[in-house]
Amino acid sequence: MTKLTAAIVGPGNIGTDLLVKLLRSEHVEVHSMVGVDPASDGLARARDLGVPASAGGVDWLLAQDDRPDLVFEATSAKAHLANAPRYAEAGITAIDLTPAAVGPFVCPPVNLDTLSDAANLNMITCGGQATIPIVHAVSSVVPVAYAEIVASIASRSAGPGTRANIDEFTQTTARAIERVGGAARGKAIIILNPVKPPMIMRDTVFCAIPPDSDTDAITASVHRMAAEVAAYVPGYTLRAEPQFDGPRDIWNGMARVAVFLEVRGNGDFLPPWAGNLDIMTAAAARVGERLALRKVTA
Amino acid sequence: MNIPAGKIRITDSTLRDGSHAMAHRFTEGQVRGVVHALDRAGVEVIEVSHGDGLGGSSFNYGFSLEDDVKLVAAAVDEAERAKIAVLLLPGLGTVEDLKAAHGAGASVARIATHCTEADVSLQHFAAARDLGMETVGFLMLSHRVGPEELARQARIMVDGGAQCVYVVDSAGALVLGDAQARITALVDEIGGEAQVGFHGHQNLSLGVANSVLAAQNGALQVDGALCALGAGAGNSPTEVLVATFERLGIPTGVDVQGALAAADDVVKPFLHRLPFADRGAITQGYAGVYSSFLLHAERAAERYGVPAHEILQRVGEAGYVGGQEDMIIDVALQLVAERDRAGV
Repeated sequence: MTKLTAAIVGPGNIGTDLLVKLLRSEHVEVHSMVGVDPASDGLARARDLGVPASAGGVDWLLAQDDRPDLVFEATSAKAHLANAPRYAEAGITAIDLTPAAVGPFVCPPVNLDTLSDAANLNMITCGGQATIPIVHAVSSVVPVAYAEIVASIASRSAGPGTRANIDEFTQTTARAIERVGGAARGKAIIILNPVKPPMIMRDTVFCAIPPDSDTDAITASVHRMAAEVAAYVPGYTLRAEPQFDGPRDIWNGMARVAVFLEVRGNGDFLPPWAGNLDIMTAAAARVGERLALRKVTA
Repeated sequence: MNIPAGKIRITDSTLRDGSHAMAHRFTEGQVRGVVHALDRAGVEVIEVSHGDGLGGSSFNYGFSLEDDVKLVAAAVDEAERAKIAVLLLPGLGTVEDLKAAHGAGASVARIATHCTEADVSLQHFAAARDLGMETVGFLMLSHRVGPEELARQARIMVDGGAQCVYVVDSAGALVLGDAQARITALVDEIGGEAQVGFHGHQNLSLGVANSVLAAQNGALQVDGALCALGAGAGNSPTEVLVATFERLGIPTGVDVQGALAAADDVVKPFLHRLPFADRGAITQGYAGVYSSFLLHAERAAERYGVPAHEILQRVGEAGYVGGQEDMIIDVALQLVAERDRAGV
């Protein structure tokens, strides 16, 4: 079977975890790991795993005779903004794990099939990957006037980039809840918890729903979607059945469904409590696999 | 060490921390009434926001009756001398929310993080300084780390642009010397460049006593709320603080009779219940649980038929931090599941 080839740009924790996942793929072959620091641990780890690695940056990557079909960007929004036009010019499809949002938002079980031709796909945020499938599961049964998500992550799993620009998380996730999740209005909240041992990622999804909603249909839709996500994020589980509360005046007469999620990481490179990072790399790998399957079968 | 206390600036948080106790249902009329009375009494800073800060109106924390920015504008309009402050929790509120509040006339930005996460506030301090606002950092649940680590976090905020950093006893869990040691550590670390403040809760009835210790050890800003209106068993009552400080010879610039009248004539008539150290609130102080979880735990207790104090105890054991109100429902569901498994 022909595989698509993929480079990973950014040999940090995310890039390394993604590498471990892609090395298991039947449809994506890892082309190289690309960084800018010759002393990078991530580049050394890639070489140990038998993957070509270079500290020559995107210049090196684009100078290769056999360029990859895909590039996974695991650097920073700033770096991706600079790199994206170069990938596009070289005809390489970019799967962007940074908050740059150059291309459309993608959440694999929701809208990947509609974006097969996009040259650049943005992976939204960890909280978005965890919660937007559930918002979509509800909004595909009843209109959702408002959806709100709360993502709680272990402090140790929040890197300096996230910390320096936390508004980017709340604003990007809220937009994607609307555009991809299908809510008329979205809101996102992120909490960093330093408890020891580190807490496993938790996400809660609240949706405003009509008072006469078919709660059985919503529950069934949520369960179906949770199973779809669990197909590529094995540690993705519902903590409890969806909780329904009747209409209230303060909710503008709407009723509410609340869904409680846990995202335990696969422990590939990052520890299991870093479910927020695992779901990003797992979703990105899923996108790569689906693109490969489509190209191969097309 | 008891150093002579300088002038203490009281920030009244009736219209912010008190928003928790009011389930975020303040009306514009109530805001105007409280601001008018506090302003006349000589309170220099009045905080107005949803209990969880700007952008707090939500399913998770409760929806505001009135838009925050509208209430800020009303407060600014009503105040003749007092500055109007707003609270913002990074991860919930954003720089955009801060700009809107500033546009409505707010002039003090209070940026709050969990006591170990100060570095998520840098973006917001920078924005507040760019807007020309006075800046205050809030290290919440300060009992969760020791004095030295708390001082390191305060340093991060000051380097980011905070002009004052508060030891915030969100759980009302600091017992006298615990508060004093943290204030002293912050004064030693940042005292040359920034002020130190104290925000107390009454869950173990020590809000006022801790505030006195804070003032005697170098704090220059202290929070209170009229009638103690605030989360958990409430805040240090503003009217008790100013009366006590006056007796100690520590100037606050607030007229005691004016503060007493504001509490008795303006706030007390609209309260449905006075903050009180009941079983749930004491459990919060004892187990170190974020005070604003109290009403949420009571609601979950009613909805799921499990005791509020058991929920709060479990929340404390899990180490949940401010903002994780959704985990209260999760804990209630776990307690129900455990009860069902036990066949009770």
